[in-house]
This record gives sequence, structure tokens and C-alpha cells, in this order.
Amino acid sequence: MKIIPQLLFVIAIVIFGYFFSKRVIRIRKNIQIGRKEDRSDQPAKRFRNMLLIAFGQKKMFKKPLPAVLHLFIYVGFLVINLEVLEFIIDGLLGTHRIFAPYLGGFYTFCLNFFEFLALAVVISCLVFLFRRNILKIPRFWQREMTSWPRLDANLILIIEILLMAAIFTMNATDQILQTRGAGYTATGRFFLSAQLIPLFEGASTAQLILGERVAWWAHIIGILGFAVYVTYSKHLHIFMAFPNTYYGNLNAPGQMWNMPEITNEVKIMLGAAGAEQNQVEAPARFGAKDVADLSRFNIMNAYACTECGRCTAECPANITGKKLSPRKIMMDVRDRVEEIGSSNSDEDGKSLLGDYITKEEIFACTSCNACVEACPVNIDPLSIILQLRRYTAMEESSSPADWNNMFSNIETNFAPWKFAASDRFNWSKE
Amino acid sequence: MSTMESKPNKVNTMAEMAAQNKQPEILFWVGCAGSYDQRYQKVTRALVKILHALDISFAVLGPEESCTGDPARRAGNEFLFQMQAIANIGILNSYQIKTIVTACPHCFNTIKNEYPELGGEYTVLHHSTFLQRLIDEGRLVLKGGGNFKGKKITYHDSCFLGRANGIYEAPRALLEELDIELVEMKRCGTTGLCCGAGGAQMFKEPEAGKKDINIERTEEALDTGASIIASACPFCMTMLSDGVKSKEKEEEIEVLDLAEIVAKSKGL
Repeated sequence: MKIIPQLLFVIAIVIFGYFFSKRVIRIRKNIQIGRKEDRSDQPAKRFRNMLLIAFGQKKMFKKPLPAVLHLFIYVGFLVINLEVLEFIIDGLLGTHRIFAPYLGGFYTFCLNFFEFLALAVVISCLVFLFRRNILKIPRFWQREMTSWPRLDANLILIIEILLMAAIFTMNATDQILQTRGAGYTATGRFFLSAQLIPLFEGASTAQLILGERVAWWAHIIGILGFAVYVTYSKHLHIFMAFPNTYYGNLNAPGQMWNMPEITNEVKIMLGAAGAEQNQVEAPARFGAKDVADLSRFNIMNAYACTECGRCTAECPANITGKKLSPRKIMMDVRDRVEEIGSSNSDEDGKSLLGDYITKEEIFACTSCNACVEACPVNIDPLSIILQLRRYTAMEESSSPADWNNMFSNIETNFAPWKFAASDRFNWSKE
Repeated sequence: MSTMESKPNKVNTMAEMAAQNKQPEILFWVGCAGSYDQRYQKVTRALVKILHALDISFAVLGPEESCTGDPARRAGNEFLFQMQAIANIGILNSYQIKTIVTACPHCFNTIKNEYPELGGEYTVLHHSTFLQRLIDEGRLVLKGGGNFKGKKITYHDSCFLGRANGIYEAPRALLEELDIELVEMKRCGTTGLCCGAGGAQMFKEPEAGKKDINIERTEEALDTGASIIASACPFCMTMLSDGVKSKEKEEEIEVLDLAEIVAKSKGL
């Protein structure tokens, strides 16, 4: 009968592993719905960016208070998860705290350190819940922050608090059980969870064993379940921040990428040298109407977005009450790509531009790069906005009338205003 | 500099220079606003005065200059952008241009970052960087600051200089040479607020909202208590001047370009 918990553990790992890997494959496929783009250049620089921005959280520190709290949760996540290794070995072998006898005093030190981190995580999550729900920081309550994104954010924080609570319960009951000759391995004293001992001391040994086991299982099942949940959640940034910063744009932010498929046609029209030599096949569509027209890195950006809204809080259009919100652009891309992915077809008569993002939103952008600068994980909403604009201008000719006038001024007068080209040099005459 | 009064302030075109088999040190790319916009023509002339005063050999394209294509590209019209770019590159390359100076951050960004892929590779300097270099080289001396000494000035970052190209220091260093009191707006540097004109917004009405962006920015500038808003971009200048006008603060605060401030401080 002793084998039953081990069997259950293996079954749990297999079930959660199945759903997790299914989601990973799905997300990978969804990202590949986008068009290919080569960003294999400058690996050293890319690696450095990933280290500084994702691992080192450099851009988070523009807002020091949330940055420090976020750092606690992040370090807590990285370090406390080392303990999960022990959980998994114990779960598979039917052992209990297998490392304790080998590591001795170092084990006690490590677990004490984990407990202090766990407390820091709990405090940080509580402050974050307070900022979101009581202080109601505006960027968490904007138009695109509908019920699911708000619930998602709160769920993540609550789950993290519960996971930490499980650790404390488990360690407190374990310490009592060690004194009751219940066969629990000696671990030394854990300072923080020892403070909870008075809460549990009145319980019988059997109740304590039950409590300790429930907490152990709650923690490990919680972590496995959370890993699956994360793939559906904005919290996916904990993984996606890394590839996202690695594959970030390395050009000057002001540079718009070229469309070589247009260059050849233009050169032929102008009779310029170099035409035809480097012919590039015309794409199915100029610019982007749906997610399949976007680059894969644009879609990866959407999966890396944790909806913090720093982009939107810096967006001049949004600040002054326009509908444009860079965060909404990213959320829309993710929602649309998930929709296509789950139905395995983009022939549903819907498209990103129109059904998710309106022209009013994209036309309001000043291309000021404030959103790009603000993003802690180097997401580039501007690139998506500009691709959608290319579609409106070149495929639909549905640009605002003022812009169409500007286009024809440039075509006829070589200036965006209606001035005669021959008057261009008149300024020198005065 | 002593030759300044005696020298006729003629601006040579590249065509004229080429006819005399001469190659200027720099090409001054005037841009559409610098050429046509009455307010920004003053900036063009101020920069020309500085160039003449420092005996810098330069020329302009004159009637051969044409829109870089920036607003077309940002509004999504890639065809029109490339038509403009490739035609401009053809002219610039035919004159074997090496160094370009411009007073427009949009022209600067486009020529510097977007022309190379289409065959136009030049050293491109915005006038703020160019003037700062002249100071570093000892060719331009601003110490004392002339009329500007002690004045409270706030500098408005152009997005296409700042975030787009990382130029935050040169304009500020230039102003600080003048012994002025540089005051920063609430949002400045990497978090500077756009004037509202970038991304081809200059050429259309804004979408419905609760406020115009240039008003929001002008309010921030007014909050500093500065008597001058220094700008470095024709579109920012228009937006902020309009903002100041709509707040009826023209008596209290003036919008000036860096080149105008430098020229005026030198009595040019």
C-alpha cells in the first residue's frame, strides 16, 4: 500500500506534463503562424540583452517600488523552486526530505533562506493585490482590463500566496512531528515556520501527519497546476521574457524595417540601377491585416506580455484620451492567434484589423516609441501598429483623408504640404 | 568670424558647387518644414548664419531637395516612401555626398537609419550634435550666453532624436554652454512626452479624445516656469507654439529652436 502515493505522484506528473506540453506545442505553433523573420544575427549582443533585461530585470527599475517587490517574487520563484527538485525525488521514491541527512546544517540554512524568501513573496503579493484592488492604480483598470485580465492578475497573486502558505504549514507541522517520534527526518529549526508551531501543537500526531501531507501535496500539485495555468495566462512572461529579450529589435528604435519586395518595383518604375537583380517575390499582402501577416516575433511579443500597462501609461495618445492602447494591441494579437490556433483556421471571416483592432486606434499612434521604451521585456507594439497601417494604406487605400492629401502632395510637389516644388529654395532669398 | 560682415551670405546649391568642381564639407539638408514653413525658415536661416559665421563650407540641394518620405512611410505608404528615398539617394550619390547636417529629426532619422538599406550611406548629424561637436572642437564658443545668461529654459525632447536615436545629451549640453538655468519637465529624456506630431500626425486631425497631446505637453512646459521652450524639431516647434498660443501665454514663454538660441546668443 505504501506504493500508492508514489503511483499517484507519477500519475499527477504525467497528467500535468501532458497538458503542459500540449500547451507548449500549441503556443509554438501559434507563434509560427506569423511570417518568418531572421534574427539570428549578433548572438553575443542578444545574449547580453537577455541577461540584463530578462534575467537582470534592468528595465523594471524605472519604477523602483514595484521593481523591488517584483524582484522578491522573481528570486523567490527561482530559488524556492530548487526545493521542488526535492519534492519530485521524494514523490517518486516515496522518501521524505531526502536531502536533509546528506546536507545537514546546510539543509537547515537553505530552508531557512527559502522561508525568508517565501515571506518576502507573500508580502509582495499582498502589496500587489492592494495596489491593484484597493489603490486601483489606473493602468490596471483601463478599458482593455476587462474581467478576465483583472481576475487573471489576482488569481496569480492569490495562487502564489497559497503556495507559500503550503510551504509554511508543511514546515511547521513537520517540525512538530520530528519531536513526536513519527519517523520524520531531523532538519534543524526553521525560524519562520517555527513561529506557527503554537497554532498546530494541539493537534494529534495523526492530524499533523495529515496536515503535513496535505500541505506537501497542495504545494506540488499547486505548482504543477500553476505551470499549466500559466500557459493560458498573462503570467507566461516568466518564460517568454527570455526568448523575447533575446530576439528583441537591435536596430535604432526609430528605424522602420524595409520592404524589399517593394524596392524592386520602385526601381523599375524610376528606371534606377539595380532593378530586377535582386528580385523578391511579392507577398500575398502588403502590410498586415491578420496575425499571419505579422512577424513571428510580433506574436512572441504578445505571449511575453504580462499586461502591466507601462506602455499604455506612457502612450501620448492614450494619456490624452484616445482609444489607442499599446497593451491592448498586444492582448488583441494574443487573443486572435489563440482563436486561430484553437480552430486551426484563419478562414473564420475575422481578422486582427477590424474585429480586434480598429483603424481609429492605429491611426492615433505618433510613433514616438514611448511604449517600446517603457516595456520591461522589450515588446514592440509600434511595429505591429505600423504593419497594420501599411495594410490600410497599400491594400485598402483607407487612410484618413488628410493623409491621402499628404500622399498626393508628396507625389506632385515633393513635400507633404501643398507648396510648389519650385518654391523650395525661396527661403534663401530673404 | 571676423570675415562674417564682409562676406555675402549666399547659400550655394550642390549644382552650383559641382559646376565649379567644388565639394563642400557638409550638405545642409533643409527639409520641407525648413524650406516652406514660415516659422521654421527662421531656424534654417539661423543655422545658415552660424555656418557662415564659422566659415564652414556647406551647400544645400535647393530645388533638387525633396521630402525624405518619412510621413508617407509612417502613415503606411511604403511605395511612396521608397519612391522618395530612391530618388533622393540618386541625387545625393550623384553629388558624392559624405556628410549631411539637418535641423529636422525626422529627416535625420530617415536618412541616417532608413536610407542605408536602399543604397544611401552617409554620415548624418542632427544640428544639435553638429553644433555640440563644433563646441567640442573649439570652433564655436558660447561662453557667457549673451542675452540668454541666467534665463530659465526647458528642453523638449523630440521623440525622433531621443528615444528613436538616443540623442538626449547634445541638446542639453549645448544649452548649458550658455550659462542658462536648464529646468526639466516632469516627463523628460527617455520618458519625454511626444508633442503629438510624430508618425504623420502632423498632417491630420487627431482622433477623438479628451485633450490634444500638444496641450498636455505645453502644460508640462508651463509648469516648469521657464521663459523659453527649447526645441530641436520643426513639428515639435509647431505643436508647442500652437499649445502656447491656445493657452494665451505667448507673452510669458517663447518657443525657440536650438539653432536660433545659439545664433541669437552670438548676436547673429
